[in-house]
Amino acid sequence: MNPESAVLVMLTVMSAATPLLFAALGELVTEKAGVLNLGVEGMMLAGAVSGFAVTVTSGSATLGILCAALGGAAMALAFGVLTLTLAANQVATGLALTIFGVGLSALAGSGFVGMPVMPLPKLAVPGLSDIPVFGPLVFGHDALVYLALLATGGIGWFLAHTRAGLILRAVGESHESAHAIGYSVIRVRYLAVLFGGTMSGLGGAFMSLSYTPMWAEEMTAGRGWIALALVVFASWRPGRVLLGAYLFGGVTILQLHAQGVGGLGIPSQVLSMLPYLATIAVLTIIAAGPWRGRLDAPACLGQAFRPPK
Amino acid sequence: MAAGDVEFGEGQTSATTGLSGTGSVTGRADSHAADNPPRLEVCGLSKAFPGILASDRVDLRVAPGEIHALLGENGAGKSTLVRMIYGVLQPDAGEILWDGRAVRIGDPRAARSLGIALVFQHFALFEAMTVLENIALGMDQPGERAALAERVRVLSAGYGLALDPRRDVHGLSVGERQRIEVVRCLLQNPRLLIMDEPTSVLTPQEIERLFETLRQVAREGCSILYISHKLDEIKTLCDRATILRGGRVVAECDPAAESARSLAQLMIGAELKTVKRRTGGELGGLRLTVDGLDLDTEDLHGMDLRGVSFSVRAGEIFGIAGVAGNGQRELEFALSGERWAGRDDAVLVDGQPAGHLDAGGRRRLGLGCVPEGRRGHGAVPTMDLIENAILSGHGPMGLLSSIFIKGGAARRFAEDVLTAFDVRAAGPKASAGSLSGGNLQKFIVGREILQSPGVLIVSQPTWGVDAGAAAAIHQALADLAAAGAAVIVISQDLDELLEITDRLAVIDRGILSRPIATAQASIEEIGLLMGGIHGPAGVSTGPGDSGHAV
Amino acid sequence: MPFKIEARREMSRRLLFASPLLALVLTVLTGFVLFAAMGHDPVAALYHFGIAPLLSLYGLSELMVKAAPLILIGVGLAVGFRANVWNIGAEGQLTLGAVAAGGVGLMFWGEEGFWVLPLMCGAAVAAGMAYAAIPAFLKTRFEVNEILTSLMLTYVGTLFLSALVYGPLKDPAGFNFPQSRMFTDSALLPIVLEGTRLHAGTVVVILVAAAAWVLMSFTIVGFQIRVLGQAPAAARYAGFHRKRLIWLCLLLSGGLAGLAGAFEVAGPIGQLIPVITPGYGFTAIIVAFLGRLHPLGIVLSGLLIALSYIGGENAQVEVGLPQAVTGVFQGLLLFFLLGSDFLVRYRVRMRARPIMRPT
Repeated sequence: MNPESAVLVMLTVMSAATPLLFAALGELVTEKAGVLNLGVEGMMLAGAVSGFAVTVTSGSATLGILCAALGGAAMALAFGVLTLTLAANQVATGLALTIFGVGLSALAGSGFVGMPVMPLPKLAVPGLSDIPVFGPLVFGHDALVYLALLATGGIGWFLAHTRAGLILRAVGESHESAHAIGYSVIRVRYLAVLFGGTMSGLGGAFMSLSYTPMWAEEMTAGRGWIALALVVFASWRPGRVLLGAYLFGGVTILQLHAQGVGGLGIPSQVLSMLPYLATIAVLTIIAAGPWRGRLDAPACLGQAFRPPK
Repeated sequence: MAAGDVEFGEGQTSATTGLSGTGSVTGRADSHAADNPPRLEVCGLSKAFPGILASDRVDLRVAPGEIHALLGENGAGKSTLVRMIYGVLQPDAGEILWDGRAVRIGDPRAARSLGIALVFQHFALFEAMTVLENIALGMDQPGERAALAERVRVLSAGYGLALDPRRDVHGLSVGERQRIEVVRCLLQNPRLLIMDEPTSVLTPQEIERLFETLRQVAREGCSILYISHKLDEIKTLCDRATILRGGRVVAECDPAAESARSLAQLMIGAELKTVKRRTGGELGGLRLTVDGLDLDTEDLHGMDLRGVSFSVRAGEIFGIAGVAGNGQRELEFALSGERWAGRDDAVLVDGQPAGHLDAGGRRRLGLGCVPEGRRGHGAVPTMDLIENAILSGHGPMGLLSSIFIKGGAARRFAEDVLTAFDVRAAGPKASAGSLSGGNLQKFIVGREILQSPGVLIVSQPTWGVDAGAAAAIHQALADLAAAGAAVIVISQDLDELLEITDRLAVIDRGILSRPIATAQASIEEIGLLMGGIHGPAGVSTGPGDSGHAV
Repeated sequence: MPFKIEARREMSRRLLFASPLLALVLTVLTGFVLFAAMGHDPVAALYHFGIAPLLSLYGLSELMVKAAPLILIGVGLAVGFRANVWNIGAEGQLTLGAVAAGGVGLMFWGEEGFWVLPLMCGAAVAAGMAYAAIPAFLKTRFEVNEILTSLMLTYVGTLFLSALVYGPLKDPAGFNFPQSRMFTDSALLPIVLEGTRLHAGTVVVILVAAAAWVLMSFTIVGFQIRVLGQAPAAARYAGFHRKRLIWLCLLLSGGLAGLAGAFEVAGPIGQLIPVITPGYGFTAIIVAFLGRLHPLGIVLSGLLIALSYIGGENAQVEVGLPQAVTGVFQGLLLFFLLGSDFLVRYRVRMRARPIMRPT
């Protein structure tokens, strides 16, 4: 493989990793506050369809991305009302959110199937972007790729070094203690859930505006669920989410390339199974490995809380 | 049978019987009037929960620098009152005055800004975080990390509360955890420090050290509201006492001037019952033998059991004392069959190896268990009492025909439990979750006893249970032993163990001490064992009981 | 706040059954608004969506045909949900069941014999169980979350079916279309009602639902499953075996999903094609919840959700509503149900000064 095609592969890996990174980072923050939102797939689809529809209608990708974030957040709000205000079961509500998101996005996007859209523009820094290998790798992406990378660092810093991050972790660690000390568990969780929805929406927007610039029903193809698995894989650490997302991006691109070169005689469908099988393998290794530590998971993850008044 | 009777304490109480009964001394119009307003004054505070008036027009006054006791039974309304003062709950009616001015305390933050600090009974701590993070979370302006760490070191040294800010909470002992809470409060220079049942989980020696700290704090001008149901502590520590019963203030008094027995009668409102036990009777053969039991904990914050050995005979009540978290939970599981013991013959029931039987298998050998947890462990709160009777009774009571449940038989068994143990419930179809703590515990104990177990493991039998139910449970255990069963009581309540057991041993860091005859046991000796000091020479068997290992 | 929300001491049984109805009413009202917003006459749209399909014998029979797989899968999933075992990969188990049944049907293509159909069903149940055994093994052995594994396997299963119908099982005389040969009569479910597609499988479904009801309500096995779900610590205290119950739940739900797959290919479809289900495996989750996880309730909710499929098709033909409306309705229904359940556990009352004496 020559250097140019190696760079090209790297670029596509980063591109394939970015939606996972967005969604997994959002879910990480949500889970750190103690909320398990299984509706990532639904929120990504909401983001993908609103981002695409708004971009096509308004012609502004910026506006589209903004609306994608809002779309994801709106879905998350519905989840929040049910699980936080009405104390519904988080697992059931998350499943409902995904089912609803699949249906709603298909309905909203029915008029946009097959429409073209300009992919997000890549950064082009005169001079720098033209440096071989290094140039395109560092300066050849669109804004969302950089935003996802920034978010990784930002979230890591937020959780470890800010007071708000400390409070968020405290709420996920023991909602009873946090409530007794005087923190509003519900408010903190709402914010975390909304942030998770926003990030999922951005991940969806990247899907429909950059990765495969088009809209198709269920175009996320299980990436929301893989993002959920990534959070477990990363033991709730943002840096490891980045690693995991790029790993999965790599697997996705690997099987696409294998299909491209004739698949070595293996049916393309079997190659397409790879990312899903890899997810199962990774979850098993994480669960079975000697390094498993149950302290990593927020202690109150998935538990409903209603403050006694 | 004589051993089964409840004997009312007679003769001993003649001096104070005037204080018992319902409408008694409601005295706050005494010598307390002063020019300075009290630091805290509570007037007519009321709070209702579904089905219960938890706080009924409560009045309370705490002077500056005073250590004021709030005394009452479980369920008397102490915690509700405290949570209203700290802003966690909002009162339905009444008024709180701070330095003579009416205030509304909307949330804990507001309470803290007034200068009210609270040490929670069940600590408000975060296991997976460091001591420093825990302290910062409890403060409104914790400031910069390094500076806060330094303040923690200085303050904890000043009060003799050794604490390392860098350590994670989950590795700390209960005493150290309480220090975090106390330091967290003192860092904010409180003017009223509330301590909610602070000693229920401490060894006698740790209690002594805590009292020294509290006296020092009070000397510096901070008022202390000290909540407890332990009479001796209140007599030793407190200047004044307000006594609550059934959500109402029944008396205010000088605890030093009262006898423990008179305080107890004010608190309970009826004359004390004593459990009538057979003494000096013949014990039967060995029913339970535990021999060299090792068990690794499966709990992140648990304790491994090492070489636990003891045996209990028919007719005997055997107590296991100790500070919470020293392996009681693991021992309960290893005995009940919820977990396998290491070797099959590490647990023998009537001579039969049972170490590798599950809970159902051991129940078939006649071993029953009343677990520490009620809601969600000994009973399923969302299920009705018939279903909860089936839970452990389906085998021994013959409630199955092949895989089908005999509905009628199950219902009759549940009804028998309700009648025999005077469980107050809306009937057998009431959900377990709708019962009060005491009634649910009576139901669970009754369900196990009616299965006529040869060996019964009971963990924390009367924790959070009102006095009447506690007496009934103690009596039922005594009767079961008298009928030839071996009863093992795991409890943190020393008074309870001293009252009902024949022999007891202390569990500390997963190791069980040699058993001692209860009649010959002294509080001091048990206290030393609880603190990890085994043997007469006071030789420590562990890495020191100060717990401050850096 | 003028209102006060307090937890009920007992769950309200009346509201437990009223809550699905409330959710249905709210969904219809939302649909009314939604249709109006989309520029349709809401009354006409709702008529074609929810009422017209019920007015003909054919419509009713189609309702049963669509409800059959939903009920079959929903009953199995509900048993697991009761135990907090979240098998959400029924779609994949259904697909594998269909592949196994189809494989048997094609293997004995042209053979006459009463045994072909039972063999297909047996193979489908076994395949569904085997596929659900993967998450069961990973869950009981390594504590791997069954939600994620069963879901990932759904994607794998769908790709597997696709690989087969594009590859080895493709009809040699099928003009290269990705589908198998049509099954011969011995591999097709007999029709119960002449002139409709109502097949013998629907009768089996009703029997299965009744059996599940007996299992869950009257046997110690069902009791153990319910205790495990509501209080796992109490299950261990009682000596119930968590791992065995997890295996049971996953094998049962996987087997029933597999059977549903057999009924689909041996019933309305009659061959293997790349897409054999419009998401029955996922929709059955809604059916299970809407039926209160109770086998008899699931029969009713299965019929209701089946109506949303047929109504969706009907409304597409009659008034041009997009097919996706079906999914939105199903999602909304589950949302509203989860929200309404708040009233089962909590009571909203006006604030008033309590006048009560301690008891």
